[in-house]
Formats: sequence, structure tokens, C-alpha cells
Amino acid sequence: MVRDLQIVEEPRRPVSMDPKKFALWLFIVTIIMLFAAFTSAYIVRQAEGNWLDFSLPTIFYWNTGILLLSSVTMQWAYNSAKRDDLKNIKTAISLTIVLGICFLISQIFGWGMLVDAGVFFVGNPSGSFMYIFTGLHGVHLISGIFFIIMVLIATVKYNVHSKNILLIEMCNTYWHFLNALWVYLFIFLLLNR
Amino acid sequence: MAIADIHVAEDTHHEDHLDHEQSFVTKYIFSQDHKTIAKQFLITGIFWALMGGLMSLVFRLQLGFPEATLEWLRPIFGGWITESGKLEPEFYLAMVTMHGTIMVFFVLTAGLSGTFSNFLIPLQIGARDMASGFMNMLSYWFFFVSSVVMFISLFIETGPAMGGWVIYPPLSALPQAISGSGLGMTMWLIAMMFFIVSTMLGGINYITTIINLRTRGMSFTRLPLTIWAFFLTAILGLLSFPVLVAAVLLLIFDRSFGTSFYLSDIYIGGEALPNSGGSPILFQHLFWFLGHPEVYIVILPALGITSEIISTNSRKPIFGYKAMIGSLMAIAILSFVVWAHHMFITGMNPFLGSVFMLLTFIIAVPSAIKVFNYITTLWRGNIIFTPAMLFSIGLVSFFITGGVTGIFLGSAALDIQLHDTYFVVAHFHIVMGSAAFFGMVAGVYHWFPKMFGRMMDARLGYIHFWMSFVGVYSVFFPMHYIGIAGFPRRYYSFTNFDAFNSYADLNALITIAAFITMSAQFIFLFNFFYSIFRGRKTPQNPWNSNTLEWTAPINPEHGNWPGEIPTVYRWPYDYSKPGAKEDFIPQNIPFSETPESNFPNETESIKLQGIDKGDAIIVDETEE
Repeated sequence: MVRDLQIVEEPRRPVSMDPKKFALWLFIVTIIMLFAAFTSAYIVRQAEGNWLDFSLPTIFYWNTGILLLSSVTMQWAYNSAKRDDLKNIKTAISLTIVLGICFLISQIFGWGMLVDAGVFFVGNPSGSFMYIFTGLHGVHLISGIFFIIMVLIATVKYNVHSKNILLIEMCNTYWHFLNALWVYLFIFLLLNR
Repeated sequence: MAIADIHVAEDTHHEDHLDHEQSFVTKYIFSQDHKTIAKQFLITGIFWALMGGLMSLVFRLQLGFPEATLEWLRPIFGGWITESGKLEPEFYLAMVTMHGTIMVFFVLTAGLSGTFSNFLIPLQIGARDMASGFMNMLSYWFFFVSSVVMFISLFIETGPAMGGWVIYPPLSALPQAISGSGLGMTMWLIAMMFFIVSTMLGGINYITTIINLRTRGMSFTRLPLTIWAFFLTAILGLLSFPVLVAAVLLLIFDRSFGTSFYLSDIYIGGEALPNSGGSPILFQHLFWFLGHPEVYIVILPALGITSEIISTNSRKPIFGYKAMIGSLMAIAILSFVVWAHHMFITGMNPFLGSVFMLLTFIIAVPSAIKVFNYITTLWRGNIIFTPAMLFSIGLVSFFITGGVTGIFLGSAALDIQLHDTYFVVAHFHIVMGSAAFFGMVAGVYHWFPKMFGRMMDARLGYIHFWMSFVGVYSVFFPMHYIGIAGFPRRYYSFTNFDAFNSYADLNALITIAAFITMSAQFIFLFNFFYSIFRGRKTPQNPWNSNTLEWTAPINPEHGNWPGEIPTVYRWPYDYSKPGAKEDFIPQNIPFSETPESNFPNETESIKLQGIDKGDAIIVDETEE
């Protein structure tokens, strides 16, 4: 009798997600907190006055477009991986890398335009914050590009396909996040000049 | 079923992987085993606790006996002892700063969370290891690098950081202001960056492991309170440390690249610095947004450990399990909206001050719930006074004493008088410092048998407890009076001021008590290291505890359980259940094996499942 009862008492396995994917989301949370701190600091500091006003470099409008386009190509790569379309994965990923690098280069041009406009890293915090936002986002974007290069190498080795989707899925999530982060920063800077 | 199959396959694969021989380096140094990493954190934490404790004695000597000659310390401190045999004032500030930094971050964050989160999470939730052993290993080694940098900074010519552990600019930003703000401060900032990386890696791992790697049946409402505390601590760290990164990064740019985030209109020697437009208050906001959650990062794990130990040694279920979880959550959430109570006198808008005051007072509610539940758990229990239990009760005592003074300090009006006096020092050393330290020591006494397979000596434990307990109260209680009298903290000397002379004897008493308290810690150190090698061999379950770690072998290998991971059928606090044969029922015992002690609803739940699913379940279960 006791034996029978023991068998019917079936404990459930707790709901769980892939640990790596989960850890990536937690990492994203830390980046969100980092930029939340910076943008809050920006608002707090701005409220105190003595704030240099300047307009954003026009190139930022263009390279935001480039970055959004790279999100599209990344999604294309991910969808191709789900369909086992290996040739398209390689094309789409390479395009994403090129677009990402284009964005970084245009950010440096953006800095050049800021300098030409007389906005320097050392000076009024208003300008310094500008460089901090773009610079730190750039650093994270470089980490994203390294991640994509890892995926590209894995793709060349035939390690990315519909049965082995985790790596490119995580890369896709991270890249979309980094692009959304830039869009947030861009809109934030537009609204809080 | 398919899901379960994959998991079984994974598990066996895991064991195969773990079985092969490991070299000394991979087993003890670059280990990926959570138990070894926990011990590495513990030993490093103990080293830092010793350093931090000894530093406090140095500046206590100065405060208690300002006339005494410290010539005998010259062999250690060299040039930091002046010609007349006194402590160099700047060195005093360095000691105070490093004592705070070391104790808050290296001992009570890394040493406490690092040790017990690493050690207990996989063992208590029934997992083979952390989600990522590699990240876990990195977490320790980043902490190690951080420790090395901080340690080296103690020996450089200009001295370590001297601006206080809160490193407020402009003092910390300008090397011209104090010698410690030169290279020492740079090293402090580098060390803290490494430390934050370590905490992030650890925290991501803890959260991922707790959510995703629990054994079958281990629902959130069956988690031991230790795990709940570690879980919420890790979340706090994850949300607050990035903000410190932001604060520190801006400070680094101010110090090394000439920006003006925190600096404005500063004159040194009559000459104006080029910086303009910065705001030092901005740093305080950013710092305390981390700083306040940080004090809960320090105390929550200690409270979790205490819940477990008090319940086990009272042989009673914890009173209000869900209220305990709820109050932990409430504390965690509230900790993010009270940071400005550290800044009442910075010239903040008084209306804002009263908002933060109200929010601060609300924290008293969940804290009081916790204390109430500890006392009601003890109430009429069959208390067993193990050293761990004594230290846990000591924690509850400190938490009450320090909590009451917290209400004084949380009031914006009273804080005008008490801010930056010894009253504050007394408050946080009792409620956060000593309480968390007692929680940590309690944890060491309680889980020592699981860590090293041997018991610590209880008699030395009792001596350690009574000397520490009485010692801590004699050190910090008189400080309240000194603080109310208006003694500011961080002052090198009070003998220059007539008003403060009257308390010279009290200061001397505190110093003597500090020496006694510190000497008790050497009893602990001896007990700890002696017992690792020569302690009495431990039985399987020395405290008759319910949680899963005591079902693992006495000296668990990498992988924790040699066979299958135990399944969990009940919550962890079935102590002295009416009708049960023994006064504890471990979590892995099904209700069907304890018909004599089941509550009606528990019997009901087994029956219902039987009727619903019938024989089909039997087939399923054998398949698995």
C-alpha cells in the first residue's frame, strides 16, 4: 500500500529555461541599469543649470538607420538558420558585421562633427555626457560584433542550423538589444537637449 | 516525457564528464566546483576580515589613547609613525577608509555571499553545480585580482585611498587634496571595477541556477529561506552594482581625463582649477543608489542563514514562512527607493527629504516582521544552543538594537544633529556590520561539517560567542552617547576640542573592548584551521536538519550526489511535526511514507492524484 502511494506522488520538475539564454538576459539587465544610471545622472545634472546647448550631429540620424538595417539583416540570418538556409546565414551575418562596423565608423565621424562644433569631451558636462553615451554604447557594440563574428565562424563550421539554434538566437537577442539601446539613447538625447 | 528524457541524458553525461581525474591545479586552484570556489571565497574573506579588523585596532588606539606613543608600531608602519611616535593623520584616514572598504565589500559581500551562495545554492536546491562553473571560477579570480590590487595599494608610498569608503569627490578626485587621492585612489577604483565584475558574474550565476536548476519538486514555496535570501541578494547586486560602475567611471574620467562631472569652482592654494559645471551631489546620488541596496546585500544573506539555523535548532518550523519571503521581497524593493536618506544634509529639497523619510520608515515594517518571526520561532521551541544558534540569536539581538537607532537616523529632523557623528557609526556597525558578521560566523559553524567533513569545537565556539557578543555591545553601545554628544566621525583627534574631552574615558573603554573582541576572533581562527585537519569526524546529518545538503555524502565529490539527485516532496521546515516518529522530516521524504504525521490536506493531495491518474503514472515513473 505504501509503495503504491509513493508512486502516485509525482513531484513536478520546476519550469526552467536554458541557463545560457537566461544568463544573457540577466547580463542585458545589468547593461540597462548602467545606462539607466547614466541617463538619470544626465537629467539630474541638467536640472542644475549651467548646461551647454548644442544640436546633435546630423550623421546620427543616418547611422541610426544603418543600425536598424543591421537589425533586419540579423533577423534575416536567424530566420535563415531556422530554415537551415546556410548560404543566406553567411550572407546575412556578414552584412550585419559590415553594417555594425559602418555604424561605429560613423560614430567616430559624429565625434569629429561634435569637435568641429566646439563640443569637447573635457568641458561642460553636457558635452562629456554625449561622449560617454556614444563611447560606452560603442564599446558594447564592439562586444556584439565579436559575438557575431563567433557566430559567423560557427556557421562556416556548419555548427549553426535549425537543430543548433541557441548561439545565433542569443546573438540575435543581444544585437537587437544593443540597437534598441542606441535608439533609446538617441531619442533620449533628442528629447533632453 | 521527452523533456525528462533529455534531462536524464544530460545528467549522466555530466557525471561522466566530472569523473575523470583532476590535477591539483584544476581541483584546488582553477576549480570549477562550486564547493571549492566557496571555500576559496571563505578563506580570502577571512584573510580580509583579519586585515580589516586589525586596521580598526590601529585607529581605535589613536582614538582611545591619543597621548600614547605608538613607536612600537614603527617596524610595521615605518614612515606613517611620526617623529613624536604618533600616527600620521593621513594614515589614520587611510586606515578608516580601508577598514570600511574591506569590511563592506571584501568581507561582507564577497566573503559572505560568495561563500554561502556558492556553497549552499546547488546543495540546497539539488543541483550538480552552478549553471556555469566557468563563470563561477572567473568570479572568484576577478575577486582575487581585485584583492591583490587593493592589497598592493596598502604599501605604496602615497598611501591607499583616504577619502572614506564612500569616496566622495572632490576629495577623492583631487590628488592635491590628500595624498591618498593619488595612486592609492586609482588603485582603489581599479580594484572596485574588478570587484564589480566578480559580483556580476557571481550574481548572474546564482539567479540562473536558482531559477533553472532546481531538482524535481523544488518549487519556489519549498525553497529554504537561505536560498530565497541569496536569490534576492543576487538580484539587488545585479541591479545596483551597474550604477556604481557608472559613478566610478565618471569619477575615473574626472580624475584622469579632466572632465567635470563632479568638479566645479574649486580653488586650491588660491588658484582656480579649470573644472566647471560639475556637481558633487550627483556622485552622492549615484553612489547611494548602490550604497543603500549594498547594505541589504550585506544583511539579507545573514538573515537567510539565521532563518535556517534558528528553525533547525529550535526544532520548530520557521514562524511565518511566507511572511519571511514577503518581508525579504519588501526589503529588497524598498531598498531602491530610500537612498537619499544618506543625503538629508546635502541641501536636498526638504519636501524630497520627507518623502525619503517616509519610505525609510516603511522598511521598519518588514524588518520588524522578520524579527517577530525569529522570536516566535524560538518561542517554546526545544532550543539547542549550538555555537551557530548562539550567533544567530546574537544577530537577532543586534538587528533589533541597530534597527531602533535606524528609526532615529531615518528622521530627517533628527539626522541634522546625528548625521556624521558616532551615532551613525554605532548604528550601522550594529545593525549591518556586526549582525552580518554574526550571520557569517553562524553559517561557518553550521555548515563547517558539510564543507570539511569535520566538526568545529563547540566549547571554543561558546567562548568565541560570549566574548564577541559582549565585546561588540561594549564597543558600539557607548558610541551612541558619544554620537549624541556630537562627536563627528572620521576625526583624527578630539583632544584639541575642550567640548569633547569629557568622553576620553569612554573612548578608552571602547578601545579596550575592541581589543578583547578582536582577540576572541583568534580563538575562532584557531578553531577553524585546527578543525579542518584535526576536528571530530562529522555524522551524516549533525544537526538533524531537513534541507537537501545533508542527504549528500559527507565529503561530496564534484557533482554532489553520486547517484540520482534527490527529489523534493515537502517544504524544508517539518520539525517536530505532530505524530512524526522523529522531530524532523527531511525534504526528500514523500508524504506517503509519513502517513502518521500528515495533515489532512497532505493526505488528501496524495489521494487525489491517485484517483485522477490511476495506474498510468506507475508506468511513467518507472520509465524515468
